[in-house]
Parts: sequence; C-alpha cells; structure tokens
Amino acid sequence: MDISHDDYQVQYDEAASTVRCSGSFRLHGDEYKPVLDLLGHAADAKPAKLTLDVRELQFLNSSGINTLSKFILQVRKHNVSQVVVQGSARFPWQEKSLKNLQRLLPALRLDIV
Amino acid sequence: MAQAFGDFVALMEGEGEYLKIGFHPSSIPLQQRWRNNGLSADFLADYLSTFFPGEDLASSERQSQIKDAVGYIANELLENCMKYSYASKQHLVSIEMFLEPGAITLYTSNGVEPDRVEPFQKFIQRLLSEDIDALYTEQLERNAEDDDGSASGMGFLTMLNDYGVKIAWNFSTPAKPGEEVAVTTMVRMPL
Repeated sequence: MDISHDDYQVQYDEAASTVRCSGSFRLHGDEYKPVLDLLGHAADAKPAKLTLDVRELQFLNSSGINTLSKFILQVRKHNVSQVVVQGSARFPWQEKSLKNLQRLLPALRLDIV
Repeated sequence: MAQAFGDFVALMEGEGEYLKIGFHPSSIPLQQRWRNNGLSADFLADYLSTFFPGEDLASSERQSQIKDAVGYIANELLENCMKYSYASKQHLVSIEMFLEPGAITLYTSNGVEPDRVEPFQKFIQRLLSEDIDALYTEQLERNAEDDDGSASGMGFLTMLNDYGVKIAWNFSTPAKPGEEVAVTTMVRMPL
C-alpha cells in the first residue's frame, strides 16, 4: 500500500496510526489519487489518534494542499478524536501553509519542531 | 488596449538583475513538461540565493525563507501556465525574475483561450476585492469537497495568504475579436 517514487514517498504505519510523507509533491490533478487513497485508508481505520508526519516533506504544491485538505475533511467526517500534523521548521512552507488545515478542523494539533 | 488588473508594475530587461526562461507549451506533452516546472522553479530559487548569502544565522534564515518562497511561487505560476495556456504558435510561455533592492518580481506570460478569459477575470476581481482570508477558507472547503482533483485558484490564494505578495495581471488585446489573448501575471514579493 505504501507509495515509493523517485521524488516522493508515502508510508502508512498502521500500528502507530501514522502516515509519513517525504520528498517533493509536485504532482498534478489525478496523479494525487493514490496518495489520497492511502490517506483515506488511514482515516477509514478511525483510530482514536491519527498522525500525519510531513517532517521530511520538502515541497508541496497547491494541488497537494488540496489533497491534504481532502484528507482532513475525510477525517472530520469520521469523527477521529485527535489529529496531529507533525511538521518541521527546516522547510519554511510548513510554518506558512500547514496552519491552514486548522481552518477545516480547528481541533487539529499542529506540532512544528 | 491592454487591460491591467491590480497594481501592475512593468519592469524592463536591462533594469537590474534579471533572468528569463522561455518554453513552447505544445512542443512536448504536458506530462513530460510538468517536471520542468519544478526544475525551472528550483533553478530560479537557487540562482537567487547567491544574492542573499547565509553568512550568519539570521541571514541564513532569510536566505532559506526567500529560496522557499521563490521556489513555491515560481512553481505555481509555471503550473498555471502549463495547465491553462492555449497551445498555439503565437504565444510562448515565459517566466522572468527581476531582483531590485526592495523586491523580487516574477512574471509569467502565456496565451489564454478566448472562452477562459471572462471566468479568469471574474476570479481575479474576487482576488483583488474580497477578504483573502475568507476567500481562502471558502476555496479550501470547496476544493476539498470537489472530486475532480482540480486545484482551482489555490495557487494564487496561497501566494496572497501565506506569502504576503502582491499579484497583478495584464491582458493583451486580441488581434481580432474572439481570438486568443496573452496574459502576463506579476507577483511582487517585498524584501
């Protein structure tokens, strides 16, 4: 189920209810579907706490922001009790843009270290 | 007569430092062309960082912020050009970057299909007149509910909302009514 590409990787750690994204997401439109499917799969498991770890995600284009937004909306519909997004201050876009996910889910916890 | 939206500042080649890259949108398929967006955007961002040496922690932080912002903005502008440009022999796609003491300005230019001009200009009017914070949330919700995978307007909205830039557009006049026009998009980032 994991996605491994030259430019980006997505890994679902079911035991830890964590999805880890790394590399650079510069895909367009439908190319994000496998990524969204994997994120949706993690949301469908309805864990008490779901973590999205993007600490190693260097780049995310606006289609990628839409993809993460779709995921957050799925999580909102599933009433997952806690969602944590882990980011890194090493990549300036994360501090600028990840907080926007809280517009869709105000209870989302954003940990940027 | 050309029609401008927003505070369009026309910089000329020969004014300060600049870099220009041109493409022919129809020469290779979009799928292959897409990879070039990232390469070109990264190149512009890397090139620029020479002018902002990271000698100490504060300037290194500034260099990283500028590089990240230019990389994101240039990539979004090029993606828009490739997605929406009207593949014709008349209009090349180009991206230019000008460096002045107080600002970095990026310009992209591409042809627009006649049918797309009006909806595009309507969206531009919204970007220029409405509250960006509210529009961002509205668009984020709408796109998240939308299943067709399109990223309508989020590129411009993230630039305005997250990167604090000024955006303006300049549309050329069609040679004949109903013919394609060229649009130049300007993104100005204060330093």
